[in-house]
Amino acid sequence: MSFLTINQVSHTYFSKDHATSALSDVSLSIEEGEFISFLGPSGCGKTTLLSIIAGLFPPTVGNVLIEGESGHNRSIGYMLQQDYLFPWKTISENITLGLKLLKHESEDSKIKALELLESVGLTGVENQYPRQLSGGMRQRAALARTLAVDPKILLLDEPFSALDYQTKLRLEDLVSITLKSFGKTAVLVTHDIGESIAMSDKIFLFASHPGRIHKTFDVPEELRSLTPFEVRNHHAYNALFQTIWKELENLEDHA
Amino acid sequence: MKTTPDIHVLHNQYKADLKSEKRRVRVYQLLIFIVFFGGWEIASRLEWVDPLIFSSPSKIWNLFTVKLLDGTLLNHASVTLFETVLGFILGTLLGTLLAAILWWSPFLSKVLDPYLVILNAMPKVALGPILIVALGPGFTSIISMGAIISVIITTIVVYTSFREVDPNYLKVLQTFGATRFQSFKEAILPASFPTIISTLKVNVGLSWVGVIVGEFLVSSRGLGYLIIYGFQVFNFTLVLMSLMIIAVCATIMYQLVAWLERKLIKHG
Ligand SMILES: Nc1ncnc2c1ncn2[C@@H]1O[C@H](COP(=O)(O)OP(=O)(O)OP(=O)(O)O)[C@@H](O)[C@H]1O
Ligand SMILES: [Mg+2]
Repeated sequence: MSFLTINQVSHTYFSKDHATSALSDVSLSIEEGEFISFLGPSGCGKTTLLSIIAGLFPPTVGNVLIEGESGHNRSIGYMLQQDYLFPWKTISENITLGLKLLKHESEDSKIKALELLESVGLTGVENQYPRQLSGGMRQRAALARTLAVDPKILLLDEPFSALDYQTKLRLEDLVSITLKSFGKTAVLVTHDIGESIAMSDKIFLFASHPGRIHKTFDVPEELRSLTPFEVRNHHAYNALFQTIWKELENLEDHA
Repeated sequence: MKTTPDIHVLHNQYKADLKSEKRRVRVYQLLIFIVFFGGWEIASRLEWVDPLIFSSPSKIWNLFTVKLLDGTLLNHASVTLFETVLGFILGTLLGTLLAAILWWSPFLSKVLDPYLVILNAMPKVALGPILIVALGPGFTSIISMGAIISVIITTIVVYTSFREVDPNYLKVLQTFGATRFQSFKEAILPASFPTIISTLKVNVGLSWVGVIVGEFLVSSRGLGYLIIYGFQVFNFTLVLMSLMIIAVCATIMYQLVAWLERKLIKHG
């Protein structure tokens, strides 16, 4: 049995004048420890699907099972495009927030959370407020906050898109290495073809109106064990990039 | 050849400029004060204005010392201050509580929306006579006046700010399995502190209005009573003195709120 199963999920947003079909009949499954990405044009329902996986709202049709179970209280880490650190909390209060809410807060777990801060390359900022940190540092802190509750699966919604290119490359490496070392399952949403190849094992290309899976690409075995930065310099990278690029162009021509 | 200016010298220059500007501002502020009270005193002595109506700073000061020494002033002022502070706190707390309830139940907020608009548009001081009859002519009804005048506007403003909190903060909390109460406590309320503080500042003024009007109506004690009494016996020195005391107390209250703001919003 797969770790995460999405069964024929469709979702429609209703408003007074419109019924927007955001997702149509999406099915896929992910194995434990796998890193996959959702790639596709704007508005193809990637965020919607991620929110459904996170259990923020139920899909109009279909269901999502994590380890064979549906329903709430899933162990999930969600990282957004911006860090959304709480500006009125210090960094250490921010990263232990999840523990506090889940009532897992103990001296032990707090120490672990602070160690996480160290492992994402942030030291000595525990008592600072988010505004005192740079964008990249804040996104690292957000990663630590997400990992602090030890989630079984990580959902990353374009977490690097608000960063400058260099910071983005560094964070890609950091996230990839950190998640691999903890053996986490992860879903990454991105617009960036390169990023999806560099970070994931499998790429789901989405088409829009309505959002659906257009094609699936397996990242070659030889790339999977490399860090994102190394992948970008590997010769196999370019071939896959071209293939996906062409598919995306096709998609846009048909749209 | 290019000479590089010494940063240290420039910085000192900058600090000196700041200081001298601050001094100029203070001098002008003092000047306005002296011109106003001096002009008032002179205009009253030379009878450019009717001294019976406009009194004069010296007469007000004399009356102030007399009333202070016989203890009546402290009595009246403390009653009014007590009522105002209580009305102010009650109005703000109740308004925030109501806003929280509206946020909790979107259905209720939709139902109550037109009533809030009507209540807000209505001049609350007009409720005074009814309050006095219902609650008795004592400080309960006066405090209610001080509270009622600010409660609806507080509700509306704070509720609006609750709703404007970035939903992504709630999303973060929800993924940690936060309950609605936890979401309120961790995100909605702290994110709205700046708005709550600014309504506090407005409410300082409002509750003084409510309490003074209340004292006009009840007419037994307090600065509002002194004003009405002075008016009836045509003692405008008494009226103006009470006004000055109110101005001073209201300013102090405002400064306390500003201090609270600095304490509460550390991160900003
Ligand atoms: N809360 C909502 N109410 C109504 N329609 C919505 C809502 N959220 C999203 N939609 C619509 O659903 C569709 C998919 O949106 P979604 O945000 O999932 O796309 P996305 O792939 O994440 O896009 P992007 O790459 O720009 O983030 C869009 O057409 C959008 O307009
Ligand atoms: Mg999105």
